[in-house]
Amino acid sequence: MRLDDLYRRVIMDHYQSPRNRGRIEKDALTVDLNNPTCGDRVSLQMRIQDGKIKDAKFEGEGCSISMASASMMTEAIKGLDVQRALSLVDLFSSMMQGEEVDIEQFPLEDIEALMGVAKFPARIKCATLAWKAMEKGLKNEYKEGHK
Amino acid sequence: MNPYKKDFPIFEQTVNDHPLVYLDSAATSQKPFQVIEALTHYYQTYNSNVHRGVHTLGTKATDAYEGAREKVRRFIHAKSTKEIIFTRGTTTAINLVAQSYATARLKEGDEILITPAEHHSNLIPWQQAAKRTGATLKYFTLHEDGSLDFAKAKEQINEKTKIIAIHHVSNVLGIVQPIAELASLVHRYGGIIVVDGAQSVPHLKTDVQEWDLDFLAFSSHKMLGPTGVGVLYGKEHLLDEMEPVEFGGEMIEEVELQEATWKELPWKFEGGTPIIAGAIGLGVAIDYLEGVGMEKIEEHDRSLAEYAMDELNRIDGVTVYGPKQRMGLVTFNLEGIHPHDVATVLDAEGIAVRAGHHCCQPLMKWLQVPATVRASFHIYNDEEDVDRLVKGLKKTKEYFQHATG
Repeated sequence: MRLDDLYRRVIMDHYQSPRNRGRIEKDALTVDLNNPTCGDRVSLQMRIQDGKIKDAKFEGEGCSISMASASMMTEAIKGLDVQRALSLVDLFSSMMQGEEVDIEQFPLEDIEALMGVAKFPARIKCATLAWKAMEKGLKNEYKEGHK
Repeated sequence: MNPYKKDFPIFEQTVNDHPLVYLDSAATSQKPFQVIEALTHYYQTYNSNVHRGVHTLGTKATDAYEGAREKVRRFIHAKSTKEIIFTRGTTTAINLVAQSYATARLKEGDEILITPAEHHSNLIPWQQAAKRTGATLKYFTLHEDGSLDFAKAKEQINEKTKIIAIHHVSNVLGIVQPIAELASLVHRYGGIIVVDGAQSVPHLKTDVQEWDLDFLAFSSHKMLGPTGVGVLYGKEHLLDEMEPVEFGGEMIEEVELQEATWKELPWKFEGGTPIIAGAIGLGVAIDYLEGVGMEKIEEHDRSLAEYAMDELNRIDGVTVYGPKQRMGLVTFNLEGIHPHDVATVLDAEGIAVRAGHHCCQPLMKWLQVPATVRASFHIYNDEEDVDRLVKGLKKTKEYFQHATG
């Protein structure tokens, strides 16, 4: 068990200087999700237009892993199609299961740094919180769009 | 070296290449080999259902199960074994009172009084009871250090107060609440007191008669016993008037097509095959605790908590929550580092602590922190464990300064 596998410099950088922290003024889809076992919470906002994620921001409270992951995720999904963003959730989950995944599929290189979380089973839920919020929000949106 | 540690086989290992320092006994305690062997012995030599067959093993199992009940009675100084109900744990025990006693007795205008520092298991059952019956759930006021404002409590208790439900020892702040005084106050107005003893019964001498408690709930697994079993103590006349909440085998006297009658106490509340091995194991855990002596355990835990507080307060950036006078646990935060991150670094050093909200979300809001780290002790801990914790915390600080520098 090596701590350095978990707390990579790029993770600490996102934790200390989170990207896309804040609120979207209007027309935003908001998803609040918390992890009841540990108290981490994230409020994710996405502005979706013509099936694309035009903007993404988050607020929340939690450990370095959960907040860094939210920061990276919002950075990664901006500009993506809803379907493509949803496919990243599966990719990220696989990575957290310790499965071999094609890192290049992530639009943001930094996400690779979270790979080490898979070795810390107690912390996987921290890393997946923001991604779960994204999935929840987009799945609802997608359903409504195809009524 | 702590003389009791050798009785706990779990310490014969390293965790992440370090000797295990277990500081999470408030979540669940470790088990001495005597308890573990009692479970194996039951399953290997006299595993049978209780109160049924006439065969030899069945009689032996029944004797051991009922023998454990007597041990519990003696341990908490109850009048009769009729007052000792085996449950699945503290949560089930409190829910039994909330569902049976409270639902039958409460009506609109009645009040239930609890504190904002309750564990969720002594909070949500009362929220639900209030919703079902139209009674009002009210909260005692806490002092700044988290202790009960007793002067205000006196004013809050009146003829509307039907139930006070309160923890004896806080699982976050370690505070010991004045339950005997509260019992005497609420009895003056004809109300009752329900005490969550999950964090007290494992660590100090309990006397339900001296304190005049109406109900007391506690769990085996926090007092060196197996998981899955706990106890509801209730005054006989109160239990007698209560309806069971679980129906089935084992708890009946006579069953007709449309009607049924219940066994006498305590069995009317123990529907289905009970947790036989668990209860027997709890009995052996009680033997162990009594062998050490509850006064000694209380003294040990208190002095360890005091030592821990002093040592933690010496570390720059540590905030310890709650007053100095406390039972054996210390809850704290390290400035700028989230509790999960603290717990992960400590874990890498072989030190097990709890990080999170400790099933006390309202108390966390009251403390204005999203989460905390908690180190909690039992008889197998010693100052060396605290020293390892302190070292681990210093390392945590260094690590994060380095990682973010």
